[in-house]
Amino acid sequence: MKPTDTANPDYYHKVVDCQWGCPAHTDVPAYIRMIAQGRFSDAYMENRKSNVFPGILGRVCDRPCEPACRRGRVEEKPVAICRLKRVAADHRDDITDRLPQAPARSNGKKVALIGAGCASLTVANDLRPLGYEVTIFEALDTTGGLMRTNIPQFRLPPAVLDEEIAYILDMGVDLKLNHPIDSLEDLLGEGYDAVFVGTGAPRGKNLEIPGRYDSDRIHIGIDWLESVAFEHTKTIGRRVLIIGVGNTAMDCCRTSLRLGADDVKVMARKPRGFFKASDWELEDAEEENVEILVNHSPKEFVYEDGKLVGMNFELMEYNIDEQGRIDRGTVTGEKFMPADDVVLAIGQDNAFPWIERDIGIEFNEWECPVVDETTMMCTRDGVFFGGDSAFGPRNIIWAVEHGHQAAISMHKYCHGENIEDRLPMGMNLASQKMGMHEWSFSNDYNPASRRLMPHVDLKKRFKKLDIEVELGFTAEQTIEEVERCLNCDVQTVFAANLCIECDACLDICPVNCLTITDNGDEQDLRTRLKAPAENLDQALYVSAELPQTGRVMVKDEDLCVHCSLCAERCPTGAWDMQKSELLVPYAADESPQDQPKVAGA
Amino acid sequence: MSYIAKPKITHPGLNKNELGLTTRDYEGAVSTLCAGCGHDSVTAAIIQAVFELNVEPHMLAKMSGIGCSSKTPAYFASQSHGFNSVHGRMPSVTTGANAANRDLTYIGVSGDGDSLSIGVGQFVHAIRRNLNMCYIIENNGVYGLTKGQFSASADIGSLPKKGLPNQQEPIDPVSTALSLGATYIARSFSGDKEQLVPLIKGALLHSGFSLVDVISPCVTFNDHEGSTKSYAHTREFYNHVINVDYIHPSEEIKAAYAEGEAMPIHLRGGDTIVLRKLSREYDPTSRASSFKYLRDRFNAGEITTGLLYVNEEREEMHELMGNVDTPLAHLPYEELSPGKEELHKLQSRYR
Ligand SMILES: Cc1cc2nc3c(=O)[nH]c(=O)nc-3n(C[C@H](O)[C@H](O)[C@H](O)COP(=O)(O)OP(=O)(O)OC[C@H]3O[C@@H](n4cnc5c(N)ncnc54)[C@H](O)[C@@H]3O)c2cc1C
Ligand SMILES: Cc1ncc(C[n+]2csc(CCOP(=O)(O)OP(=O)(O)O)c2C)c(N)n1
Ligand code: SF4
Ligand code: SF4
Ligand code: SF4
Ligand SMILES: [Mg+2]
Repeated sequence: MKPTDTANPDYYHKVVDCQWGCPAHTDVPAYIRMIAQGRFSDAYMENRKSNVFPGILGRVCDRPCEPACRRGRVEEKPVAICRLKRVAADHRDDITDRLPQAPARSNGKKVALIGAGCASLTVANDLRPLGYEVTIFEALDTTGGLMRTNIPQFRLPPAVLDEEIAYILDMGVDLKLNHPIDSLEDLLGEGYDAVFVGTGAPRGKNLEIPGRYDSDRIHIGIDWLESVAFEHTKTIGRRVLIIGVGNTAMDCCRTSLRLGADDVKVMARKPRGFFKASDWELEDAEEENVEILVNHSPKEFVYEDGKLVGMNFELMEYNIDEQGRIDRGTVTGEKFMPADDVVLAIGQDNAFPWIERDIGIEFNEWECPVVDETTMMCTRDGVFFGGDSAFGPRNIIWAVEHGHQAAISMHKYCHGENIEDRLPMGMNLASQKMGMHEWSFSNDYNPASRRLMPHVDLKKRFKKLDIEVELGFTAEQTIEEVERCLNCDVQTVFAANLCIECDACLDICPVNCLTITDNGDEQDLRTRLKAPAENLDQALYVSAELPQTGRVMVKDEDLCVHCSLCAERCPTGAWDMQKSELLVPYAADESPQDQPKVAGA
Repeated sequence: MSYIAKPKITHPGLNKNELGLTTRDYEGAVSTLCAGCGHDSVTAAIIQAVFELNVEPHMLAKMSGIGCSSKTPAYFASQSHGFNSVHGRMPSVTTGANAANRDLTYIGVSGDGDSLSIGVGQFVHAIRRNLNMCYIIENNGVYGLTKGQFSASADIGSLPKKGLPNQQEPIDPVSTALSLGATYIARSFSGDKEQLVPLIKGALLHSGFSLVDVISPCVTFNDHEGSTKSYAHTREFYNHVINVDYIHPSEEIKAAYAEGEAMPIHLRGGDTIVLRKLSREYDPTSRASSFKYLRDRFNAGEITTGLLYVNEEREEMHELMGNVDTPLAHLPYEELSPGKEELHKLQSRYR
C-alpha cells in the first residue's frame, strides 16, 4: 500500500466514527468532553453550530452516530450520544447573547423559504446573519413541521421546540403563517433572489385492500397524529390495530394508549430484524405493553352490520438466505383480529400539486424533483430543495444538513458565483501532550456499561398526552457516560522517521491495532496483522518506510480505543496523540467578495 | 512507564490456545521500565511463547535476580510462581527449586550484569549441571538499573553515553555456554520476534539447560551512536543463520523445507523442532564448528543469531543423578526421609 495520506481531512474524520456517521458532522467527542467539564453552554453551542436544534435532537434524533460509534464495536453498546446532547441542552445557561445576530443592514437580497420545518429553519439560521431578508411561508398556523404535528409531545415537549425555533425567528425572519403556497410559478414571479422548498413529504401511504373506504375508523397515521397534536382527535377505541412497524407506527401505538386504548397491537408483515423502526423506539413501545405481531399481512377489513369489527390477515412464512435477504414469503393461513380503530402507518410519499410541471423543474418517476445532492438545486436555477422534500422522507438531522448546504448554494447563487465551487473541509491537528504521562484528555478506559435512560413510571405516564416519558440523565449517569466516550478525535499521529522499531507500541496496545511488517497490498496486509482486520469499513493506516529495516508501521483503525499507551511507551515520540478538529464550511465562511479561504479559518 | 493500566478490553478476534486462554491471560503488571526498553519486547515474546505452547500458568516458575531485566517476570504470567532472588543468585535458587519439583517449567530471566558480572560463577555451574531450565539473558551491555555502567558483555571500543570507551574483553555468553557443554544455545534480538518466539519455545521444550542470549537494547543508557548494543547497530550487523520452527505433535513435518536445509530435531520430551539453515556452512550440532564459526563472524564484527547449538543426547540434572521421576516435593515424607536406621545403613556402605 502507499503511505496513507493523512493530510486529506477525510482520513482522520473517518476515524471519528460518530462524526462521520452524523449527516451534519457534529463534533461529538468535543462536546462530550465539554459536558465532562461541566461546560454545558459550550457543549450546547458546539452542537448548535452543526445541528442547530440540540434540545430537540437530544430527544428525538434518529442518531445515526450511535450505530457507528466505536464503543459499540469494542463492547456491546455505543456511547449514549443523544442522551448526552440532551444533558447539554437541559443544563445550559441562558445562551441568547451567544446566538448569531442579524446585521443592522440588509444585504439587499431576498429569499423565500416554503414550509416552516427544520429544513427551512436551518436555511434561515444560516442566511439571516449574512443580511438576507428571509421570508418563510407556512401553510399551518404554527411552525416546526412534522416535529410539531407528528412527533408526539410525550417524546418532544412543545416548549423545547418553541425555544429553539424562536432563536432563529427572533433574528428577524418574516414568518407568514396560514400561508400555503399553491403556485410556485406565482411565487417565482415575486422577485425573490432565491427560493427554498422545505415542504416535507406530506402524504401518508394508503392501503388499497377491500373495505378500506367503508369506515371512518380507519386512519392514515401521519394525518391522525397531526389531528391529535391539534386536539381535533381526543379519543380512540379500546382495541387498536396499527399497520406497519416503522417509527410512525411506534408513535401511533403509544399515542393510542394515551387516548384511552388498552389493547394495542402493531401488525408487522415481516419478522423481527426486518422492522423499519429504530431499536430504541421498539423498546419504548414494548415497555408500554404494546404487542408486536410478526408475519401478518393485511388482507381485508371486516364489517358486521356495516360496522368495522376488525381485519383479516394472511399468515406468512419467509425464507431468509445466507446474506440475510428475505424472500417474498408464502401464505400459510389466515387470521382475524378484532379492532375498533385501525391506523395505517406504512410510509410517506412526496406530493407537489402546487409545483407546475412546465416551469423547468424536472420530476423523476416517483414524482420527486431531480435535485443535486451537493448543491441541493433542482433543474431550475435559483430553486433549492431540502429535507424530506428533496429525496423523500428521512429525518431531522438530514433536513438540517440539507439546509446548511442549500444555504451555501443560495448565498453563492445570490452573488453570481458558481455554486459547484465550494470550500473544501479542513482539518486542524494539535498535540494533546501535557507532560510525561499527561494528556489533555482523559485517556483511561472506563469499563462502565451504557447508562439507561430513566422513565416516568408506567402508571403515571398515560394520564396526559404531554407527559415527557424520558426524564434525562442524572448527574451520576452523566459522569459515567461521558467517560465511556473513547475520544476518537484524539488521533494517533505517526512520524515514521523517528521510529527505531523497538516494538514497544505493538506490545502495549490493548487491542492489537499495531503491526510492523513488510508492505503489501491491502488484502494481503489485512491477513498479516497482529489481530485479524476483518472490518473492511475501517481503514488501515500505512506509514512510510521505517528507517532501520524498510518495513512499515500498519495500524488497523477499527478498534483503537485512543488510550495513548502507544504514545506513552514510544521512546522517540514517533507516536503522538493529536486532536483533530474538522473544519466544516457554512454559508458564513463563504465570503463571495473576498479571496477564497479555507473553512473555519 | 505509564500511569494508566492497560485496559482489560481485548480484540474480540483474539486467538485462544488449547486451554482457552488468550495472550492477555499471560500478561502481568504494567511495565515500569523505560519506554522502548528491549526487555519489554522480550517479555512480549515470552508471553507469546508460553501462550502458543499452552503452558498452564500454575506449572510455570519465573526466576530472576536483580536488574531491569530481572524485574521483568513481574510483567508476564501473573498467575505463575515466581522468585526474585539476590543479585546474580538466580541460578542457585532455580537449582534448588528444580531439585525439589522437577515437574515445573522453569524460565529464568537475567541480565548481562546479573549473569556475566556478579553472577558468572552461578551461571557456569548451572550449565555444568545441565539444569533443566530456559535461561534468558536480556543483554544490553550495561547495568541499566544502576544507570548504565558497562557490564561484562560490553564490547571493546563500545562507547558509553559519556566517558571513555570500554577496554576490557567481553564475556560472550554463547561461546561460554558452548565451551561448558550447554545443550541448547541460541542468540536473538528483542527487535525480531519472528525469530525470538520460536527460539524461546524450543528452549522451553528442550530438556536440559537452554540459553537464549537476547540482544535487548537499553534505550536510555546504551542506544546511542558508538554503542554496539543499540537497535541500529544490532540491525546493521545482524547475521541470522538458522530459523527454528516448532512442530506441534499433531502436525506432519511439511515437505516445504528444502532438501538438506531442513533439519528436524526430535526433542527428548517428544516434541520436534525443525531447523532451517540460512547459511549452508553452519552445522548447529557440532560444537567445534559452531565455535569456529562464531569466532570468525564475531571478529568480522557480525552478530550471529539463531539456534546456534543443540544437543539432544545429554541428560539433564535429574537424569544424571538418577533421581526418581516423582518430584521430591510430592513424595510422602516417609519416603523422602526413611529414618535414622536407613541412614545408618547407607552410611555403613561407605565405611
Ligand atoms: C410520526 C413521525 C415521527 C417522526 N419521528 C422522528 C424522530 O423521532 N426523529 C427524526 O429525526 N425524525 C422523525 N421523523 C421525520 C422528521 O419529522 C422529518 O424527516 C422532518 O421533520 C423533515 O423536515 P422538513 O423540514 O423537510 O419537513 P416537515 O417537517 O415536513 O415540514 C414541512 C412544512 O412545510 C409545510 N408545507 C407543506 N407544503 C406547503 C406549502 N405548499 N406551502 C406552505 N407550507 C407548506 C408543512 O405544513 C410543514 O410545516 C418523524 C416523522 C414522522 C412522520
Ligand atoms: C549484591 C549487589 N550488588 C550490586 C547491586 C547493584 N545493582 C543493581 S542492578 C545491577 C546491575 C544490573 O545489570 P543487568 O543484570 O545487566 O541488568 P539490566 O538492568 O541492565 O537489565 C547492579 C550492579 C545489587 N543490587 N546487589
Ligand atoms: S491509542 Fe495506541 S495503544 Fe491505545 S488502542 Fe490506539 S493504537 Fe492501541
Ligand atoms: S514505540 Fe515508537 S519507536 Fe518503538 S516501534 Fe513503536 S513507534 Fe517505533
Ligand atoms: S534503564 Fe535501560 S534497561 Fe533499564 S528500563 Fe530503562 S531502557 Fe531498559
Ligand atoms: Mg544489562
